[in-house]
Amino acid sequence: MSSVGTQTVEQQHTSHEEDTGLWSWITTVDHKRIAIMYFVTATFFFFVAGAKALAIRVQLMFPEQELITPEVYNQFFTMHGTTMIFLVAMPMAVAFFNYVVPLQIGARDVAFPRLNALSYWVFLFGGLYLNSSFIVGAAPHASWVGYATLTMPEFSPGQNTNFWLIGLSILGIASIAGGVNFITTIINMRAPGMKLMRMPLFTWMTFVTSFLLITAIPVIGVALIYLGFDRLFGTVFFQPAGGGDPVLWQHLFWIFGHPEVYILILPAFGVISDVIPTFSKKPLFGYPIVVYAGLLIGFIGWGVWSHHMFTVGLGPIADSFFVAATMIIAIPTGVKIFNWIATMWGGSLKFTTAMLFSVGLVAVFTVGGLSGIMHASAPVNLQQHDTYFVVAHFHYVIVGGAMMGLWAGLYYWFPKVRGRYLSETLGKWHFWTTMIGFNLTFFPMHFAGIFGMPRRIYTYSAELNVDIYNQLATIGAFIFALSAVIMAWNLVKSWRGGEKAPANPWGAPHLEWSIPSPPHHYNFPAIPTVQSREPLWNDGEREAILAVTMEEPETEPVMPNPSYWPILLAASITLIWALVMTGIWWVIALAILPVIYCVFKWGMEPAFPEGH
Amino acid sequence: MAQAAAAVDDHGHTTTGISNFKVGFWTFIASECLFFGTLISTYMVYKGRAVVGPYPAEIFDVLITTISTTVLLFSSLAMVLALHAVQLGKKKHAIMWLLAVIAMGGIFLGMEFNSYLKYIDYGLTLGSSTFGSSYYVLTGTHKVHVVLGMVWMAVLIWLIARNRIPPAKAEQVEIAGLYWHFVDIIWIVIFTLVYLIQ
Repeated sequence: MSSVGTQTVEQQHTSHEEDTGLWSWITTVDHKRIAIMYFVTATFFFFVAGAKALAIRVQLMFPEQELITPEVYNQFFTMHGTTMIFLVAMPMAVAFFNYVVPLQIGARDVAFPRLNALSYWVFLFGGLYLNSSFIVGAAPHASWVGYATLTMPEFSPGQNTNFWLIGLSILGIASIAGGVNFITTIINMRAPGMKLMRMPLFTWMTFVTSFLLITAIPVIGVALIYLGFDRLFGTVFFQPAGGGDPVLWQHLFWIFGHPEVYILILPAFGVISDVIPTFSKKPLFGYPIVVYAGLLIGFIGWGVWSHHMFTVGLGPIADSFFVAATMIIAIPTGVKIFNWIATMWGGSLKFTTAMLFSVGLVAVFTVGGLSGIMHASAPVNLQQHDTYFVVAHFHYVIVGGAMMGLWAGLYYWFPKVRGRYLSETLGKWHFWTTMIGFNLTFFPMHFAGIFGMPRRIYTYSAELNVDIYNQLATIGAFIFALSAVIMAWNLVKSWRGGEKAPANPWGAPHLEWSIPSPPHHYNFPAIPTVQSREPLWNDGEREAILAVTMEEPETEPVMPNPSYWPILLAASITLIWALVMTGIWWVIALAILPVIYCVFKWGMEPAFPEGH
Repeated sequence: MAQAAAAVDDHGHTTTGISNFKVGFWTFIASECLFFGTLISTYMVYKGRAVVGPYPAEIFDVLITTISTTVLLFSSLAMVLALHAVQLGKKKHAIMWLLAVIAMGGIFLGMEFNSYLKYIDYGLTLGSSTFGSSYYVLTGTHKVHVVLGMVWMAVLIWLIARNRIPPAKAEQVEIAGLYWHFVDIIWIVIFTLVYLIQ
């Protein structure tokens, strides 16, 4: 397995028709390449935000330390949260949407390939813009929820909050474009016979998540517009002196923010709903129920936002409603958990790394779900609000839920992407260091919180007697960091030298495993016809599909042209938003001209080669 | 186009038979509904919270706004006729009706900006009260949508003049129409909730 030897194998393996230069990546509209760019970028931001978490943990290891100033501490926890949610968890899920969904439904690309590229570039530029705030020493500092009045000019002078609100606005454009794209793809691009109730669960959860994206993001979009106008143009939306109400921000933020939680978790639920049946060698138990549970979670998720606001004092009737709605949402979630367990029950289980992360999710997410039900109760919530108990809870659901699910997906789909396995040995190290490091970091935080340690405070008094929990958490954080390094090492090592994988290495049932690994750039030589939910597990159907999907076509299918307009349009969109910081309306109005020009050129450009 | 598509070359085909562009645009309109829904809800909550005047009943002139609303409504009729002309391949009619759409959009904007100037004279500004903030941001956002729609129509006129939109591609105009009608409908909601029910 010398590197020279694998290089040669690699060169033979690379399909001859594909250009791999830098320009080909900049102008690509191929959903598979865009997926890889999403994944790499999100992983980069994962390390950026992880480094901030380590700094926070070092500062909190002992009481009354002064390693980090309070101002820098505020910037670190704000950007840790903002980055992890908007630049890591969401785009990493989108990476999987991009790679997997067209393959699962039997499509050659997404519905709008150039719009897809635009989403990626807007996300990248928005992320870079947000992080450029560190270079000018004005990183956002009012937490990822950005509550008014903390974000009002008198409490947050300078550009810090402007960077935050403009950065999130830019990222919102990428999310809405992505949502529109995936809804259209799933509605309109399915292979013959791929009825809605035959779609793999990952595609289903992408569908639900996309609806949440297009409906939740506009709400925070409007909230950010209000915030920007309050800060730059003197409106009084959140200014009590002018009759405004800071609680409006909380409502709008959480009307977005709670569906956002499901935007983060549902893709992971989708991943493990595909992984667990594969490694149990059994169809998913109660498929329609799991689909409906996902839909219900997405729907009820719209009616629970005020459980983030029990301490505001909305009154007993409002509080009771939101307590009840929040507890009801635990039912479809619990249904899913039992369906996964029932899928494994009596199956012939194979504990690959992907399966370990999936089972890990079921266990760890359940812990987070249980603490969630605890503070769904308003009186209990009053005790736990703004303490480390809440920090423990949401890390259990977001890291233990969303991220573990995505890592399961990484080990599951990597052989399809690369034609090579990720190392299972390193994978198991990755899993166990994650499991130990993660639990050691966040489980003690439950106790620190219950004993009264508040969130978002740069240090604490020795008399609080929470030292031991903080020390355990800090040790755990470094073990968790080690797990991330192992994952990165595994990715780098296996990308070049991993063991060769066949088209269907796991014996999985869905369409993405019916084509060669890695797939041709056109995915399917001809589109197969689907007759069931597990097409590759039914003898006659499998042969019929493979006869279509594994053949080498005489003439290759025509694929969309590459285009540089997505990156240019993304740059001009970022520019117009960045200029909002100046607060000069005519400068902003002028900057719309490059946007209109790019849209126009985009519209004029033929999407497909001449004659098609 | 559909006839030319061979077996390997079927990017025009969709599961529902409706084009991707149209499904995608309806999805985008769904997203816009939430956007305007949030703006309108804020206005409804905030108009009565103003601690200083002027208040809605003191300044709104329902007659003028009814006229501008009617003009905007008729622009939707022109839009329908423009689409019809494109479908029949009547180039000159199509351009004429699209120009009418732009003109009526322009009249609407002119009348509305005139009202803005009057309200500013009365002392209603972006920062004067919650009523001012939520009124101007709501209606201003709508006006930005009208302007973008007019730019879109201008591009369509340019394309039609250069014979780039034959009847087979009439869907391009149809989707611009979807946008224009949507912006119109939003205005009817705003007109009802903001001006009629004060």
